[in-house]
Amino acid sequence: MQNFSITKFILSLVVFCSLSTFAKGDNESKGAVDSKSEIDAYIDHHLQDSYYFNFWSDGETGEHVGFPLPIILIDDGLKVFSSSKFHHGETVAEVDGNYYKIYHGKIYKTDAEGTISLDEDNHPTNSKPLDLSITKNVTTMLLTSVLLLLMFGSLAKNYKNSQLPKGFGRVLEPLVIYVRDDIAIPNIGEKKYRKFMGFLLTVFFFIWILNLLGMTPLGVNVTGNIAVTACLALFTYLITQFSANKDYWKHIFWMPGVPVPMKIILIPIELLGTLTKPFALMIRLFANITAGHVVIMSLIALIFVGKNVYADTSISLALALFISVIELLVAFLQAYIFTMLSALFIGLAVEEHDHAHDEELETNEII
Amino acid sequence: MEKLINDFSFGLFFWQGIILIILIVLLRKFAWKPILDSLNTREEGIKNALESAEKAKQEMANLKADNEKMLQEARADRDEMLKEAQEMKKKIMAEATEDATEKANTIIAKAQETIQSEKKAALSEINEQVATLSLQIAEKVIKQDLSDDKSQMELINKMLDDVKAN
Repeated sequence: MQNFSITKFILSLVVFCSLSTFAKGDNESKGAVDSKSEIDAYIDHHLQDSYYFNFWSDGETGEHVGFPLPIILIDDGLKVFSSSKFHHGETVAEVDGNYYKIYHGKIYKTDAEGTISLDEDNHPTNSKPLDLSITKNVTTMLLTSVLLLLMFGSLAKNYKNSQLPKGFGRVLEPLVIYVRDDIAIPNIGEKKYRKFMGFLLTVFFFIWILNLLGMTPLGVNVTGNIAVTACLALFTYLITQFSANKDYWKHIFWMPGVPVPMKIILIPIELLGTLTKPFALMIRLFANITAGHVVIMSLIALIFVGKNVYADTSISLALALFISVIELLVAFLQAYIFTMLSALFIGLAVEEHDHAHDEELETNEII
Repeated sequence: MEKLINDFSFGLFFWQGIILIILIVLLRKFAWKPILDSLNTREEGIKNALESAEKAKQEMANLKADNEKMLQEARADRDEMLKEAQEMKKKIMAEATEDATEKANTIIAKAQETIQSEKKAALSEINEQVATLSLQIAEKVIKQDLSDDKSQMELINKMLDDVKAN
């Protein structure tokens, strides 16, 4: 019975996600998105953040279904206003005598007419105010946070009444145990893992849910955004550095067991090594998710570029479904890898090592 | 790379940082800590229960072995006691027989002694009587006129008859 319901759950998930990609295809239709360059621009646009939470738009009538999000600018004081003032980037927004215009997804300060002056590389020379807007991605992150708090808060509450989880908690509990037993404990060690569980669990579920949301018709792309992955990697970096023990620093600044000149040469290399690890984390997550989005959207776009609607549609359907299933796996895998590597880096920093382990450590660092 | 740097949105980075910090703090307090704690308690409980079950099993086995041992001992004790009783019986019987024999022997010996002494007494008495009788006969014979042999013989016979009658 339980097996049946799990299969049902997975099936419905697959169906839902494949439907959602097609729904995304519908989003794209925007009336006239059917040439290669338009599709490129559309995919590019999708990968970017937005000041609106749009569900879909009709390109012909210029109608957008969705809601505007608050814009927060720091430019001679705090400026807060609704993004509806931009009318989807078509008009210039006037706030307290300042004029702002959205150009290629970024807000620039302009004059009353909204002139954007470009240099020879086609980059705007207008000044950019410090932009702290609650964008689509921020909204999605907030939504995810609420979701996480609700899900795991209820699981925590559930334990007050009974030792065994009920309902959805039965799905969540094994995942928590999985993170603890297969990610945290093997990498950090039985004694010290507890301190880092808060970060690891949060990051794991945060990334996973954001990855999954990226596959829904909401059309969000949070984890495929370099700023988001950079922030996540920065957290790992800071936690690693601040929890590191004496041994860790000793291995960076005065590598034991090598001649003195080598020790001096190794200092910058080791220091750089601490930076490359979180940098790799950042790029890996960003690139994987972005690539997934690009591939799925391109496959769907086949329908609109091709000449033969029926043939293209069937090919596009099959391929998009296939890639969607793979992306479902990638969504989990990337969350797992990010958490795993974070745990590994933390584990390396807090490990009490005797020097026999050095070689092993080196191989670990290459990963 | 240039596009990446260009695309880097400080606002998003800023909010992500704040959201993540708040999320970690909240989840830690309201979710991870209670969840991990109760998972630990549960696992600990299961471990303890298993251990105590194992212990109980061990104790049960020990108890059983003990019982068996006690039973064995009791059986051995009983056998011992039976054997002892048997021996005691035999011993008592043997002693009794011995006693009886001894007593019988003494009684027989005493009886024989008595018989012997009686016999002796009787013999000596007979001797005496024979002597007396002989004397009396002799006396009477002497007192009679031993005129004729006939009367003498008569007398002797008469006296002998007397003795016989005695």
